[in-house]
Amino acid sequence: MIAVKDLKKSFGKLTVLDGISLNIEKGDVICLVGPSGCGKSTFLRCLNRLEEPTGGHVFLDGQEVTEKDIDATRAKMGMVFQHFNLFPHKTVKQNITLAPVLLKRKTQAEADAQAMELLERIGLADKADTYPNMLSGGQKQRIAIIRALAMDPEVLLFDEPTSALDPEMVGEVLELMKDLAKSGMTMVVVTHEMGFAREVASRVIFIDKGKIQEDKPPQEFFDHPENPRLREFLSKVL
Amino acid sequence: MDWAGMYEQFAQIAKSGGDLAFWQDFYFKFYQAFIYSDRWLQYLKGVGTTLLVTACALLLGVALGGVVAVIRTAHDQQPSGRRDPLLGLLNIIARVYVTVIRGTPMMVQLLIMGMVIFASSRNFTAVGVLTLGINSGAYVSEIIRGGLMSIDPGQMEAGRSLGLGYITTMRVIVVPQAIKAVLPALGNEFIVLLKDTSLITVIGGKELLYAAQGVMSRTFEAMYPLLGIAAIYLVLVMIFTWLLGKLERRLRQSDRR
Repeated sequence: MIAVKDLKKSFGKLTVLDGISLNIEKGDVICLVGPSGCGKSTFLRCLNRLEEPTGGHVFLDGQEVTEKDIDATRAKMGMVFQHFNLFPHKTVKQNITLAPVLLKRKTQAEADAQAMELLERIGLADKADTYPNMLSGGQKQRIAIIRALAMDPEVLLFDEPTSALDPEMVGEVLELMKDLAKSGMTMVVVTHEMGFAREVASRVIFIDKGKIQEDKPPQEFFDHPENPRLREFLSKVL
Repeated sequence: MDWAGMYEQFAQIAKSGGDLAFWQDFYFKFYQAFIYSDRWLQYLKGVGTTLLVTACALLLGVALGGVVAVIRTAHDQQPSGRRDPLLGLLNIIARVYVTVIRGTPMMVQLLIMGMVIFASSRNFTAVGVLTLGINSGAYVSEIIRGGLMSIDPGQMEAGRSLGLGYITTMRVIVVPQAIKAVLPALGNEFIVLLKDTSLITVIGGKELLYAAQGVMSRTFEAMYPLLGIAAIYLVLVMIFTWLLGKLERRLRQSDRR
C-alpha cells in the first residue's frame, strides 16, 4: 500500500534520514521506535510531505506522492499529532466535519451524522458542541483521531500520540488505537509505548542514525533483538 | 426663553466694549461657536465626513493590509528548496510598500497625494480616503502578519494533513484565530485612523476640523470650536472602543472554560 524507496532528508548539513526503504501492506500496524532525534517523526512527516524529503520516493497505492496533488494524497493519509492540533475556534463537532464538508466529500448533514456516530463510539457524544479548550488531553487526542477518521483515510499516521498526555490519560487513547488496529485500519505509529508496540504492532521498526536498524514482528523484536544499539535502547526503556 | 435674543443682547454689549459676566461670556461664545446661523450643521457634516473617511479608509486598510500580510507570510512559509518567483516579486513589492509608507510622515503623504499626484482632483474626500487607507494598510499588514505568525504552526499542519489546501486552511483555520489575537492591536489602529482623518483638512477635506476652522475664521474665537471638536472626537473614540470590546467578548466565546 505504501512503498518507501531510499528516503532521505537532511536539514542543511544534518542528515536525519539516510536512505530508508520500507513496504507497508494494507492492515499493517507499524510501530516506529528509537531514541529521540533519530528521525522517526521526520520519517512519518515525510510520508505525507509535511516535511519535504531531500531524496527518494514515496508511493501510495502505486502512485508516487508528489507535491502536485498532495492534498488528495493527504486526504487518504490521516495524521494524528503529539499536540492534538484541534482547531480551538471550532466546536468538537465542527472540528470533525470541517474537512469532509469543505472538500465536498459529504454534505453537512451526512458529516454531522458521521461525527455523532464517531463521538458515540468513543463515548464523547455529549461534548459535540463544546470547544476543545474544555476537554482533557485524552479527550482531545481521541477527538483528533476521529477527526482524521472522518475523512475515511486508507492509512493513519500517529506522531507520538500519547507523549503529551498525563499518564492517567494514555490508556484511553491507546485503547482507541487498539480498537482501530483490530478493525483492520492500516497504521504507522511513532511511539514510546513499548507495551502497545508489543501487543498491537504487526511489525516494530527500530530507527537509529537515520537508518532502519531492525524490522521484525514484535515477539522477535523484543525477545531476540540482534542489533547492539537496539539492545542498548531496549535495556534503557524496558 | 428667547435664546437668540439673549445672544444678540450679549453680542451688543461685547461689541461696544462692555464687560460680560463669566456665564454671559460663556453663553455668548458657545452660542456663537455652535448655534448661531445653524453652525452645528457644519460640525454635523464634518462628523459625517470623518466617519465616512474612517470607514472607507478602514476597509481599504484592512483589505490592503490583509493581502500584504498573507503575501509576506506565504512567502516566508515556503520550504527553502522551492521558492515561487512570482511570490518573491510580490513579497518585494509588499516590503517596499511597508517600508516607504511607514518611513514617511502621514502629513507629507497627504500633501504629496493631494498636491502632486492628484493635484487636479477636486474630490478631496476621496483622495483623503485613498491616502489614509494606503497608510493604514502598511501598519495593519504588520499587525496581521504578527497575528498570523503567532498561530501555532501545528494548526496549519493539521489543516493540511486533512487534505485542505494552503489557502483554504489559511482562510478557515489560521486567519480567524489570528484576527481574534490581533483585535486589540487592530482596534488601536482604528482609533489612530479615526483621529488621523483630521489631517485631511490640509488638502481641503471637509471633515470635523475643517468645520471648526471655518467657524474660527468667521468668529476669531478658537477655544470653543476646538474644545468642541475635541469632545466630539473623544466621544466617537469611546463609542468605537465600546463596540470593539463587545466584538472581542463575542469572539472569545470559544475560550470559556
